[in-house]
Amino acid sequence: MSSITQPLQETSPETQAEVMISGAEATMRCLIAEGVETIFGYPGGAIMPIYDALFHHQHEVNHILVRHEQGAIHAAQGYARASGRTGVVFATSGPGATNLVTGLADAMIDSTPLVCITGQVFAHLLGTDAFQETDVMNITTPITKWNYQVTEAHEIPVVLAKAFYLAGSGRPGPVLIDITKNAQIQAFSFPAYEKCKHIRSYRPKPVIRPEYIKEAAKLIDQAERPLVIFGQGVILGKAEKEFDTFLEKSGLPAAWTILGMSAIPTDHPNAVGMLGMHGNYGPNLLTNECDVLIAVGMRFDDRVTGRLDKYAKQAKIIHLDIDPSEIDKNVKTTVPVWGDCKETLPMLTDAIQRKSYPDWLKKFKECLEQEESKVIRKELNPSQEILTMGEVINILNSLTGGNAILVTDVGQHQMVTCRYAKFQDSRSNITSGGLGTMGFALPAAIGAKYGAPHREVVAIIGDGGFQMTMQELGTIMQFKPKIKIIILNNNFLGMVRQWQELFHENRYSFVDISSPDYVQVAQGYGIRARSVSERKDLEPALKEMMGSEGTYLLEVQVGKENNVFPMVPQGRGVAEVVLCKEDLL
Amino acid sequence: MLQQEYTITVYTENQIGLLNRIAIIFSRRKINVESLNTSPSEIDSVHRFNIVITETEEVVRKLCRQIEKQVDVLKAYYNNNEEIVWQELALYKVSTDVIATEVKVERLLSQYGARVVVIRKDYTVFSVTGHREETDRLIQVLEPYGLIEFVRSARVAIIKSSEGFHRKLTQFEYREPASDVVENEFLNQQEKVFSM
Repeated sequence: MSSITQPLQETSPETQAEVMISGAEATMRCLIAEGVETIFGYPGGAIMPIYDALFHHQHEVNHILVRHEQGAIHAAQGYARASGRTGVVFATSGPGATNLVTGLADAMIDSTPLVCITGQVFAHLLGTDAFQETDVMNITTPITKWNYQVTEAHEIPVVLAKAFYLAGSGRPGPVLIDITKNAQIQAFSFPAYEKCKHIRSYRPKPVIRPEYIKEAAKLIDQAERPLVIFGQGVILGKAEKEFDTFLEKSGLPAAWTILGMSAIPTDHPNAVGMLGMHGNYGPNLLTNECDVLIAVGMRFDDRVTGRLDKYAKQAKIIHLDIDPSEIDKNVKTTVPVWGDCKETLPMLTDAIQRKSYPDWLKKFKECLEQEESKVIRKELNPSQEILTMGEVINILNSLTGGNAILVTDVGQHQMVTCRYAKFQDSRSNITSGGLGTMGFALPAAIGAKYGAPHREVVAIIGDGGFQMTMQELGTIMQFKPKIKIIILNNNFLGMVRQWQELFHENRYSFVDISSPDYVQVAQGYGIRARSVSERKDLEPALKEMMGSEGTYLLEVQVGKENNVFPMVPQGRGVAEVVLCKEDLL
Repeated sequence: MLQQEYTITVYTENQIGLLNRIAIIFSRRKINVESLNTSPSEIDSVHRFNIVITETEEVVRKLCRQIEKQVDVLKAYYNNNEEIVWQELALYKVSTDVIATEVKVERLLSQYGARVVVIRKDYTVFSVTGHREETDRLIQVLEPYGLIEFVRSARVAIIKSSEGFHRKLTQFEYREPASDVVENEFLNQQEKVFSM
């Protein structure tokens, strides 16, 4: 490796003679030295010294005042997912910190790089049940990649450098730094800020073993019906080009997980669609017919695998992952390829033969035709009067040209969007995958706009999820990120209702949720809005939305009891994927 | 696969909260920790955990990977009982009067490898170091005479085949600088993009 010969001590241009500053001021200087430009946060008692320091730096750093700390962390997640950089959150102690918990868990399971800074009561009050004191460290231990409590100002530069290094390197994740108020106030001699590049107990990337690459290449070369399934690892590893080259040479059909989506364009010649419970028919069914399954940067989530003992039992499995604990966790691999896929994919590409699989690809096409006739056609071009979610996405595709970032919440609208959305660019599909956090989309869309200001950001949200975090319309009102919001309103908690219909004999238990007048709500926040329920109004309304200058909210009334299909019912194997309700037995 | 006793040896940094981080890896999966010991290791500044659980090898292997994934953990090993040398220490408090009149103390000392730690007028404390069966045996002997207090330590274990951790640590301390994050060139143009 060439980098070893380079000098290791890199000091930032910030380098100055040592000066006495407060811990709070040091915190701001560290963030600026890390290149932080946007912070999502909410002030409070225990973090006031840091906000005071922020006051003096507000021309260097953009602070977005949210309406609830959960909004701050989801916004930071959206920012990180859209930009590939680390999202930064400020919150106060106690309730401020506990309001971050859902976002931390979401970022942990979806490997999103975050640095969250929470204020804490004075160190001498720790453990005394002081006002707004809560044991944030222990609450967040299982849902952070790393957390640390700072009780002395001099720790701040070292700890923050470590925080940014850990959040963004290897398999990314959220880091929480809890800073007691005395440490924020205390003055200390601030050294030149030094970025962290090494921690002896932490190995961001496992060492690549060339013998496994060779072994994997051999399996791929011998395969007759190989299938690639890929996840967010390709995006997180910034290995989209490397992956594309691999696909081009190998000729392999490739299916994505929900978080892997958009790593390659949806119309990529090798693309065969989405995996998982509501993924495409072909990739699910044919997972159990392939002879070699190549998993790239994905973790075999149960929503992807269905019943494990019926999952790809016939196939030899190659698993590329940066996180050694993922290998063999759920699915036993034949050949593990540990390492950063940005490095392993080119090695694998070099080692394999150029091939194509016309007959095998034809099978996917046949499956797609079946899916089209039984599901897709009536979703995208429905004959009944009432609108479907799918046709909204279909028109949206034609208006965005697949260039927009779509941010989805959780539920039916999310599955429909991921099934029918077209994407040209990476980092275009932002959604809460692993945790399934309703209320994610609106704040995440705000964050995504700050992470990729040049791109169009469209939030697509259900009526249930929207009502969980709709207070963030206030953030939009105040800071004016130009995002588009589509509420797909079916007047139900649709996904739960679907399960109650299919598996609980139509017992609709508390899924009938009513909505406020969203147009009036939006207008109350000074946001342009419109509601449509008829087909003739849909396209004009979407056009008006996309053509409007600022934020725009469009409510679309869709069919109340539409179901999302295909579906791999829970507890069934992927090959038991069904195309319609009648096939469910 | 067969469940059996495994000893997990974890080398870690000495960091507050790390015990919790490791403990919750077990409790999250509803796995009972039979014994847990933290101590210094052969290397100054490096801590060593010994954790005993009864599980299948597959589960233990996965647990070790989850433990190693923690930022402040240097390395985790697992071994079955054949692969380690281990000891536990037990203390027994009994009434001196009873012991003096009814128990053949010299037999206790020789047959059970017990040591006398304290003798007072009112009570005597014995200790036994060894495997579980050895410490258990003395409980049975002393119980009829009224065992006032009993306590046993966690297991401490040495891995038979280990060459120690020095060489590994030198590898870990070898600095390999991380590559920089790819920047987003549009982030500098925010003023032009925002406004409602």
